Amino acid sequence: MKLPIYLDYNATTPVDPRVVEAMMPFFTESFGNAASRNHAFGWEVEQVVEDARESIGNVIGAGGKEIVFTSGATESNNLAILGVADFYQKKGKHIITSPIEHKAVIDPCLALEQRGYEITFLNVDKDGCIDLKQLEESIREDTILVSLMAANNEIGTLNPLKEIGEITRAKGVLFHTDATQGVGKIPIDVDEMKIDLLSMTAHKLYGPKGMGALYVRRKKPRVRLSPIMFGGGHERGMRSGTLNVTGIVGFAKALELSVAEMASEAERLTGLRQRLYERLSAGLDYIFLNGHPTERLPNNLNLSFGYVEGESLMMGVSDLAVSSGSACTSASLEPSYVLRALGVGDDLAHSSIRFGMGRFTTVEEIDYTAEKMIVAVKRLREMSPLYEMVKEGVDLSTVQWASH
Amino acid sequence: MAYSEKVIDHYSEPRNVGSLEKSDLNVGTGLVGAPECGDVMKLQIKVDPETKEIIDAKFKTFGCGSAIASSSLATEWVKGKSIDEAMSIQNTDIVEELSLPPVKIHCSVLAEDAIKAAISDYKSRNQD
Repeated sequence: MKLPIYLDYNATTPVDPRVVEAMMPFFTESFGNAASRNHAFGWEVEQVVEDARESIGNVIGAGGKEIVFTSGATESNNLAILGVADFYQKKGKHIITSPIEHKAVIDPCLALEQRGYEITFLNVDKDGCIDLKQLEESIREDTILVSLMAANNEIGTLNPLKEIGEITRAKGVLFHTDATQGVGKIPIDVDEMKIDLLSMTAHKLYGPKGMGALYVRRKKPRVRLSPIMFGGGHERGMRSGTLNVTGIVGFAKALELSVAEMASEAERLTGLRQRLYERLSAGLDYIFLNGHPTERLPNNLNLSFGYVEGESLMMGVSDLAVSSGSACTSASLEPSYVLRALGVGDDLAHSSIRFGMGRFTTVEEIDYTAEKMIVAVKRLREMSPLYEMVKEGVDLSTVQWASH
Repeated sequence: MAYSEKVIDHYSEPRNVGSLEKSDLNVGTGLVGAPECGDVMKLQIKVDPETKEIIDAKFKTFGCGSAIASSSLATEWVKGKSIDEAMSIQNTDIVEELSLPPVKIHCSVLAEDAIKAAISDYKSRNQD
């Protein structure tokens, strides 16, 4: 077993060697510009790009012509939200989303709010689930877009895409989903789920960084977008910029592999996730699961270790690469906004650790992780005044804290 | 974030972790911070009633590595000092000793507050 152990697959993934191999020729030999229409170098890569486009579209039940290549999911989300908002502004200026979306969805929405749009943030319950009835009731005459993610990046909770799609389609409102964490991990079909726009990225599924795509529905309804980048008119005018041929080839290959292995991999990862959760639960008291117990990504486990602060815990397990919702990991000193929206107390938000498992995670690594975590949590609780007080029977909520 | 060697040292081998008997008149207890802020420090001192010298100090901290290191260092520093000397410990001394980055300065502030709170608790219980 090699140390440190990587358990942050929700942040990014290594590029699969098979993907690297597929990409290699396009750096040096077949280096043409896919937009060069007048010579063989261009023709060759244009064909490769179109094949990749088709194969990426197929994965989500879409056609190649509905795929717009971007630099990643952040750009895809921006293009979807800002592009729809601009194009449909005569129809209305109301957008519905949720408070636990990625910042790449929330921040474009907030930017639109500054420009006179109105944003409705749906409520989420303690597991991170939206209320479909509230969604339906929130749709108005002037609503142009509903943007709800496929799977949450911090807590792994899945949204009921099919049910959301039924509502938005019936109401004649466009449905965008940020499927960054979902594609390649859970089955997604844009027709079955009535999705109109879908953001994805390669680096979460063993492809290269800096490569993403936005699915834009072409039929029933035809979705229109104003571009946010201007230039050579690539991607049918929706996204100018020379195509990242190596990235596109890698993305297609990575998706092909992920989808081929999806069912067995989901089962294996769910097993590892349960194993880790059970071992930790058996070895420690006061641990709390964040996110939905079953409707969650197979590879995501987010736990709060009561009375232990997340960053100090990560320091104690320096040969494990995990992430924390603790404020101390960020410059803002605010704990995770996702956990806060779920109603997780700030104390437990500061105590949260996200374990992200992936293609190269082994049972041995999971057992080692559980063992290390238990030792580190116990050690830190020995020096935690909160744990001591709780053990003495003090109700922490009755203590008069000197907030700073 | 990279930690300074001294922070790692105090985090890995914290000095004076533990608790002193709260009811002992010679003990002063300071509890500062709040769980929702991600930092709580409990710092205790034991004072020699004759010499007014701090003869023992213990801490327990819920917080990041820098918070643990700051409080560990604070207990080291107050030991052997008179109450007045301990009162003069500044958070900036802690920042300097541990090479804390700007985002971690609040940890040193909290440690200074914890020393002062412990001393003030001791004083309020020993008014002659």
